[in-house]
Amino acid sequence: MKKILVGGSVKGSILKTEMPINFLGTVEKKTGVISDKNHELFKISIRGSILLFPSGIGSSVGAYTIYSIKSNNSAPLAMICKKADLTVATGCALANIPLVIISEEEFSSYKTGEEVSLDTRAKKIIKII
Amino acid sequence: MITYVQVLYLYQVTCSVELTRGEESALKGEQGEIMEMAHRILVATGEATDAEKLVPIEWTHLSGVNYNTIGDAGEEFLSSISKGARVKVKTTLNPMGFDIDNVSNYSLDENFISKQLSIKGSYETMGVTPSFSCIPYEIFDIPKNDTQVAFAESNAAIHANSYDNLKTNKESAFSALASAITGKSPYSSLRMEDSPNLAIQMKVNNPNELTYGMLGFFAGKVAKDSSVNISGLGKMDTRQRKSMCGGMGTSGTCAKFLFGEGKPGIEKIDFDEKQAQDTYDELNTAEKGDIITLGSPQLGLEEISDLTGRLKGRSFEKRCMIFTPRTVKEQARRIGYIDELERAGCEILADCCTCLTPLINKDNVDAVTTNSIKGAFYLKNSNGVDVNLRSLSQIVEGETK
Repeated sequence: MKKILVGGSVKGSILKTEMPINFLGTVEKKTGVISDKNHELFKISIRGSILLFPSGIGSSVGAYTIYSIKSNNSAPLAMICKKADLTVATGCALANIPLVIISEEEFSSYKTGEEVSLDTRAKKIIKII
Repeated sequence: MITYVQVLYLYQVTCSVELTRGEESALKGEQGEIMEMAHRILVATGEATDAEKLVPIEWTHLSGVNYNTIGDAGEEFLSSISKGARVKVKTTLNPMGFDIDNVSNYSLDENFISKQLSIKGSYETMGVTPSFSCIPYEIFDIPKNDTQVAFAESNAAIHANSYDNLKTNKESAFSALASAITGKSPYSSLRMEDSPNLAIQMKVNNPNELTYGMLGFFAGKVAKDSSVNISGLGKMDTRQRKSMCGGMGTSGTCAKFLFGEGKPGIEKIDFDEKQAQDTYDELNTAEKGDIITLGSPQLGLEEISDLTGRLKGRSFEKRCMIFTPRTVKEQARRIGYIDELERAGCEILADCCTCLTPLINKDNVDAVTTNSIKGAFYLKNSNGVDVNLRSLSQIVEGETK
């Protein structure tokens, strides 16, 4: 099943993790750096990326964190998940960050560093070389 | 030079939320930034919960009030949107972090107090009724049957759906706020016909409010649908009903009890002595507490009256904090209950709640005695203190003279 939760159109570079993200407490609001040392993206900033992760986890208050990182110009350009969760959905809605849900199969076809263009109105994601 | 190598069309987009022309225009930003954001929240929530449209609602109850839970990010967000956002329907509010009348008796820092007052001010600016209560169903008139509302507080959503004949999703703080601003909410499963696939049978004899709270906590863990059938409850009082709703809201996403055994052929699970003991062992981590808290959900006038009766001629030997809405505290003062309770050694706190209170922390308290399953869960997991669970009867018997 594929869904568009928050619409928009962006071009950027994929940052992918197979681990879910808890936005409350594990993402630095000023820099967008992942501060959880057990996370695959530890010390990496999600700023300016097209962030691919399975889903959000943890408290719904994490939505405010997504709003904060956007206010601090440290947010991803877009988020792509396998599963819709209300924390990430509302966080992206508050912050006006495009968010789409893709299938397991599509999810596995992306790698960190790939350039893509995402356009929810045309309902497509394009890989660019 | 750019070469397109792969185009991934989101062909099978199950775009489910059908918007009216007015809603489309709001989502495009033609009615201002606040309405655009509010509609983005409703659409994102609606898509995530497979809603097919938005429906008008008549009452919203907001969570996201206590500075202890929403923090600086929440305070800044509310301060920013309160400049332009105004609520469109009756909107009530969850508890905050303290009772301003007696906050100086607790070691709360200036920053907490000023940030909390900023949050309070932002909600008031938006036109929200400053009820600071998690029991809106007890202190406000209930609208006619089947009225669509949007309650974010989990115990209140479950109570409204199960006992008050209202219809609400188990809203998030954000979808409820968006509903307050737009007067609309996603038409998700809880607003439609119920068809739960699970029935829980209560098999514990002589249950008290702890047993019902644990039953609710157990139900929240096993019920994966938006509603669940429940049978064998017997006659319950207000305290027991609130405890059961609070319990289920704490452990899961299910937001409605349907009373009875449900359709034939659906899965049945018993809640017997063993499940009750397992739930108790999970939440009870101490043999005794340093202080006592009552009220999570907050106590209504009926429970305050009952407690006053039980404490006639007795006094607590430890600190006992009692959480209640301000309107109830004022009524109770006029009737004389507050004087009686204070004589018995109780501290009466309005506008706040046991659940996620900043007034109890592990620097000054090792363990808390309470009869609240919801309170126990949050005291343990958020405040980091141990919990001693006992029914109100046991607490009065064991802790007063």
